[in-house]
Amino acid sequence: MSAVSTQSVPQGKSLGASLGASLGASQGISLGSCATGPKIVQERGQREVFCGLTGIVWLHRKIQDAFFLVVGSRTCAHLIQSAAGVMIFAEPRFATAIIDERDLAGLADIDDELDRVVTRLIERRPDIKLLFLVGSCPSEVIKLDLSRAAQRLSQQMTPNVRVLAYSGSGIETTFTQGEDACLSALVAQAQRADAAQKPSLLVVGALADAVEDQFRRLFAQMGIERVDFLPARRAADMPMIGPGTKFLLAQPFLTDTARALEALGAQHLPALYPLGAEGVAEWLRAAARAFGVSRETFEAVIAAPRARAEKSLERWRPHLAGKRVFFVPDSQLEPPMARFLARELGMEIVEIGAPYVDRRRLAEELALLPPDTPIVEGQDVERQLDRLRAARPDLAVCGLGLANPLEAEGFATKWSIELVFTPVQGFEQAGDLAELFARPLMRRELLEI
Amino acid sequence: MQLTVWTYEGPPHVGAMRVCAAMEGVHYVLHAPQGDTYADLLFTMIERRGTRPPVTYTTFQARDLGGDTAELFKNAAREAYERYKPQVLVVGSSCTAELIQDDPGGLAMALGLDAPVVPLELPAYQRKENWGAAETFYRIARAMAGPHAPAPGSSSARAREAGQRARCNVLGPCSLGFRHRDDLVEVLKIIESLGVDVNVVAPLGATPADLARLGEADFNVVLYPEIAGQTASWLQRTFGQKATRTIPIGVGATRAFIREVAELADVDPSALLRPDLSRLPWYSRSVDSTYLTGKRVFVFGDASHAIAVADVAAKELGLKVVGLGSYSREFAREIREAAARHGVEPLVCDDYLEVEAAITAAAPELVLGTQMERHVAKRLRVPCAVISAPVHVQDFPARYSPQMGFEGANVLFDSLVHPLMMGLEEHLLGMFRGDFEFRDGVAPSHLGHGEAPAETASENDLEEDGEVKTRGASVAWTLDAEKELRKIPFFVRGKARRNTESYALERGVGRIDVETLYDAKAHFGR
Repeated sequence: MSAVSTQSVPQGKSLGASLGASLGASQGISLGSCATGPKIVQERGQREVFCGLTGIVWLHRKIQDAFFLVVGSRTCAHLIQSAAGVMIFAEPRFATAIIDERDLAGLADIDDELDRVVTRLIERRPDIKLLFLVGSCPSEVIKLDLSRAAQRLSQQMTPNVRVLAYSGSGIETTFTQGEDACLSALVAQAQRADAAQKPSLLVVGALADAVEDQFRRLFAQMGIERVDFLPARRAADMPMIGPGTKFLLAQPFLTDTARALEALGAQHLPALYPLGAEGVAEWLRAAARAFGVSRETFEAVIAAPRARAEKSLERWRPHLAGKRVFFVPDSQLEPPMARFLARELGMEIVEIGAPYVDRRRLAEELALLPPDTPIVEGQDVERQLDRLRAARPDLAVCGLGLANPLEAEGFATKWSIELVFTPVQGFEQAGDLAELFARPLMRRELLEI
Repeated sequence: MQLTVWTYEGPPHVGAMRVCAAMEGVHYVLHAPQGDTYADLLFTMIERRGTRPPVTYTTFQARDLGGDTAELFKNAAREAYERYKPQVLVVGSSCTAELIQDDPGGLAMALGLDAPVVPLELPAYQRKENWGAAETFYRIARAMAGPHAPAPGSSSARAREAGQRARCNVLGPCSLGFRHRDDLVEVLKIIESLGVDVNVVAPLGATPADLARLGEADFNVVLYPEIAGQTASWLQRTFGQKATRTIPIGVGATRAFIREVAELADVDPSALLRPDLSRLPWYSRSVDSTYLTGKRVFVFGDASHAIAVADVAAKELGLKVVGLGSYSREFAREIREAAARHGVEPLVCDDYLEVEAAITAAAPELVLGTQMERHVAKRLRVPCAVISAPVHVQDFPARYSPQMGFEGANVLFDSLVHPLMMGLEEHLLGMFRGDFEFRDGVAPSHLGHGEAPAETASENDLEEDGEVKTRGASVAWTLDAEKELRKIPFFVRGKARRNTESYALERGVGRIDVETLYDAKAHFGR
């Protein structure tokens, strides 16, 4: 039971119902529903989220010989720099080609300019094997065709450098959708495997290297021989894709990538996402089933790590059980995170805000959420904060722009960006993931000032 | 198109946000896509601001572009006004909205709100953050104070009655400014001690109603010309208010500032010119500081801080300025003048890679720069202190830490000198350098316990024929000379190497042998 008693919404009554009623009265809101799971409310208004360019911060670390060149404005450069938080890299593998007034006025030929910038870049960094031209809001609005530019540059620089393009613009992508766009571009250029090739497992979505290695070991123990990861750590190691490819999504925000894979004949293995002991077990089980791993083998392989994961959660459960959590939209990881917190740590979900809810790729997750969990797709940050203040959750999961203001109002917060930057998938990380949510609450108990 | 790895300044609308967030009673409606909301975290994380900055973003998406983004803007402006009821609604576009040309100013005026609307035109593909802040402050100040301007032809200067205390505005302190919060406290102390009244401090903490009273002051104290210069010159034209020009950073500049304010206010400054008000002069004269003499320092930052700190370094600490630069292109003239005073080439540049190259070439023993130069210095294993924006969470320390005024000078002494080894420590290191703890390759303790970079050629580079090519220079060292060089304490070896090479180059000596080494030593030691 919640420690907070000053809430305006009576406990025990469906918050979803009262939320729907209060939202229905305001503008720009439509009530939608999902055939099976909880009710999903759509909201439109000011969004308080990053754009897809932010994904560069983790993608450039994952693909070690790739460079990300944003074609955009000073704002784009400033955003990535600020999102990266600290200027830690000697010379990072990302940069911005800043469009200036000469480009806009047509005084400079924008293709020539791009060629000049890319040539200078590759001269400085001969170690770069894969160059992404990343579209931004300004480049989209002026309809700069970066795909064509990428093709042209790729031909010029073959075989040393491959050039791909995708858009991380904020008018088209929200935060993690940048990774989706990047991986889609990789899939579009992937080598095709023919139908005769033996079935292979593909894990889709950037994971920390250590997590990847853990999964690789578990799959090997189950006897699944061919396992690839997308993105691979090096440009030359990107997997082949074909009708024999069966893929697991490691992240819930890869809608376009999944569609592109299916278009190439690959088969999606629907599952929970690999967060928490239960999530990881079910995610692995989907692969085991698809590859004919016997039940006994599967259970034997996961028994020890699953037990470790469950034990690691016990430590954090007393801090979290019964506490009420509110998700402000950020990464699309919100539904699986909420499922994990509700089912494995006994938390109560006040509201799940998510920038976008892919009902198909989240079907298994939505089915396991407590009935009547309010899910709000999209955002009107002012109204959402009104609801948050009224509901007085014990923990608000939100972006960095909102965290300190909410703390100053007396709410404990968890920065959602940490859920994206920290290795949290897999059995061995289940405890770490729980700790991320528990730490702000424990900290408040420690401080006596 | 400019290839940019790191930027010193954000876009101009971030400057506008800094002014709006510094003020009370202002709300900024920014026509911008969702990604631009990242700017909130600059305030909430770097400055640890406990409230959201007063900004509403329209967050239009691609699907809105075919429809009516103007309507979206009007709704956002109307809702923001109703929710926050500001005294002034500031409206404008970010870089992307500038391209779709919706005219936020016209749209907001058409809403018929009860508050004045201040439209901003901030050309995002031409200008940058500080320019945006200056322009925003000027637009709001002009909108509020303009209606109170004296009629053309009438005497614009405020007539002060005999015996009435002088009154000034303090202009420039802003959100996300480098130590603005503490500088302001220090400067207000000075102004108060001089017996001068403060009319308005702006933008920090000011309301639009306060700005309407700007004309009621006798003169303006401009702390940060990057932000307040434009407003101050408009106030001079409109109200005949003179403005201070000295930035009170360092003891000398603080005294000059006090004299300047006293003259404008027609008061006696002598009580504040006593020699004992700052510890810096004595600390700098005390013997431990001897080791600072002639140490090579590279200074880079915004124009005001870089110029002021270079003067402190040269005149108050006895360091040798070997490089001076700024990313503030608007102040290129001032930077050039200051560089000429120090006898160095000015570096007016916002390309981080170029700045790094200039620092490397100047081979300084201390770097005074921004957070970016801190990283350059870390890589070069050169001590560094941060003296200017762009700001970082570390630039908002919990303790009182001004740069301006006499206490600011104390802070500067500490923060500029502490990254270097203490004099006695350096002396002892020289004495005990034969001991194994001090063997070559061990970095000074204040730089951590890692290995120092190979600043001389390693043994393997000593070729059989006894010649070593030095990196970049067209002078070769004989094996003997290279070995002799190694007997020189490692913390002065770089200097010895540079001096010897430049001596050899000047005289056309193609090979440096032991004789050349000692000839050079004698030459530079004269």
